[in-house]
Amino acid sequence: MTMNRETFINCILGLALVIVPLIALGMDEPFIITLATKVAIFAMAGVGLNLVLGYGGLVSFGHAAFFGIGGYAAGILASHALNYEPIMTWPFEIEGTTQMIIIWIVALLASAIIALAIGAITLRTSGVYFIMITLAFAQMIYYFAISWPAYGGEDGLSIYVRNGFPGLNTLDPISYFALCAVMLGLAIAFSAVLIRSRFGLALQGARQNSQRMTAVGIAPFRIRLVAFVISAMITALAGALYADLNRFVSPSMMSWHMSGEIMVFVILGGVGRLFGPLAGAGLYIILEHLLGGVWEFWQLPLGVLLLIVVLFARGGLVGVLAGERKHV
Amino acid sequence: MFTLFLEQLLNGLQSGVMLFLMASGLTLVFGVMGLINLAHGSLYMVGAFACAAVAAWTGSFWLGLMASLMAAAIAGALVEILIIRRLYNRDHLDQVLATFALILIFSEGTRWIFGSFPLFLSVPEFLTGTVVMPGDFQYPLFRLAIIIAGFAVAAGLFLLIGKTRLGIRIRAGEADRGMIAALGVDIDRLYTIVFALGAALAGLAGAFVGTTQSVQVGMGEPVLILAFVVIVIGGIGSIKGALIGSLLVGFTDTMGRFLLPHAFATFLDPASATAIGSALASMLIYIVMALVLFLRPSGLFGTEA
Repeated sequence: MTMNRETFINCILGLALVIVPLIALGMDEPFIITLATKVAIFAMAGVGLNLVLGYGGLVSFGHAAFFGIGGYAAGILASHALNYEPIMTWPFEIEGTTQMIIIWIVALLASAIIALAIGAITLRTSGVYFIMITLAFAQMIYYFAISWPAYGGEDGLSIYVRNGFPGLNTLDPISYFALCAVMLGLAIAFSAVLIRSRFGLALQGARQNSQRMTAVGIAPFRIRLVAFVISAMITALAGALYADLNRFVSPSMMSWHMSGEIMVFVILGGVGRLFGPLAGAGLYIILEHLLGGVWEFWQLPLGVLLLIVVLFARGGLVGVLAGERKHV
Repeated sequence: MFTLFLEQLLNGLQSGVMLFLMASGLTLVFGVMGLINLAHGSLYMVGAFACAAVAAWTGSFWLGLMASLMAAAIAGALVEILIIRRLYNRDHLDQVLATFALILIFSEGTRWIFGSFPLFLSVPEFLTGTVVMPGDFQYPLFRLAIIIAGFAVAAGLFLLIGKTRLGIRIRAGEADRGMIAALGVDIDRLYTIVFALGAALAGLAGAFVGTTQSVQVGMGEPVLILAFVVIVIGGIGSIKGALIGSLLVGFTDTMGRFLLPHAFATFLDPASATAIGSALASMLIYIVMALVLFLRPSGLFGTEA
């Protein structure tokens, strides 16, 4: 079986994600397992963004909003369940829950509805307008989370016990890592299938030449809107996992800094590469950990590195290692 | 109640004018160079810190104000020559990422030099105190002064763009870059000047606002996003749009925060009226933006989307 270089690098990246925590488990270093879990979750958020950014060519600068919506789905449902307060009592009673599967469904639905509304407005524009407006809508949701006092406002919301998953002790670091890694794997596999499907080809076609797409009878707006919604849902799922990892959710998950970081994962790793977000998130967390351990002001060298990547190493990590992007 | 209303109206005007100083630079840089600059908020922060540091060192607010203009303009020119220049021909994604990296560098660098604690700027002696305004209420003299100064700078900017040789070149640069380069205008220098001009305006706004609030790392970011909302509403590249947009956003934001809780209090209990009112008020400008875009996708004075 022949394997091209990108597939080879993807295998190494995937293996590294699995092996590092296993070694850490052997060496009894739970902190490293937590870092690897963080990488898996951030990578998943990036996989969501990559769908619109890499394949759709739509620079969404507001994906932290969806990340935060997922986080708040976990936080709000868990806090109602733990305080035995129903979320609503009329016309029928809805209780909170600590079951991750229900939380994920809620996160997916909530983010889909909000992404549909935001996408319907923002996708009428393009270019810089699109960047700024997605940013502005994310800020709107961010400020709403800050000023709405019911769920902690600016202080955020604690999840006292990590939510549960059938048959798994989620409080055990390696079990929770395994869950997050499987979810990341599913998200990457789903993206891979999606971009090779008719829908994915249309999405990439709309990026390359939207007029020609229209001419062959495919409306780019609807394709992009669906992609935007799917992308938001994947990022929201990552957000729900992230809230459970930290057992805490706060508006800072929705801040524009977070949007920037998710974008950095994608670009550091390689735009429009299936495993790019994993490479980027991994590199980011490693840098944060190494530089942060040495110097309090580690974001300064990080900024410089980022500048160098943008100016000189276009294509990100996967791009540098695997060469030019192949046409799908 | 009515005098409070007038006072809030003036506060809205003040925030609108300060926003214009930010937004005009952003929109100029986009109009002429086609660059989206996230680091514009960092230049605002540089201005505020320069003003605070020099004012504390020399004891003179005026020297501080000069310093804010100089420091922001120099920082802007340096950044343009070293980095931004390489980004004009890149796509927006590269521009967003590179200027995001610049924010990290500026913010972390400032924290390194000045520490994480906010600095405070004191108002110059003869601008302290209040004045009695028509409608019989007291308004801080300094705030009134920065409204006037802001409008003076705005008028100066309109004269510069409309009446001077540099302004002609800037407008020509917006219309057709290739042509003015072919006509012998040193386009690199023009770009550096435009960028430094935008930076100086942002730095000045930073110094003014830093005096009424506090000077701290990250202070530029909320303003930057408001300035984005402004130029999206006004139409990217349009100075006139930036002015109208700034005033609209300044008034909507200030009056929304003031009026909405009162409005909800007419039919809700005070606690939930404040909660719902202030939550909605914080979203109001974005709702206005969405409405404007729904009706005119390229903004009020924009030409192309």
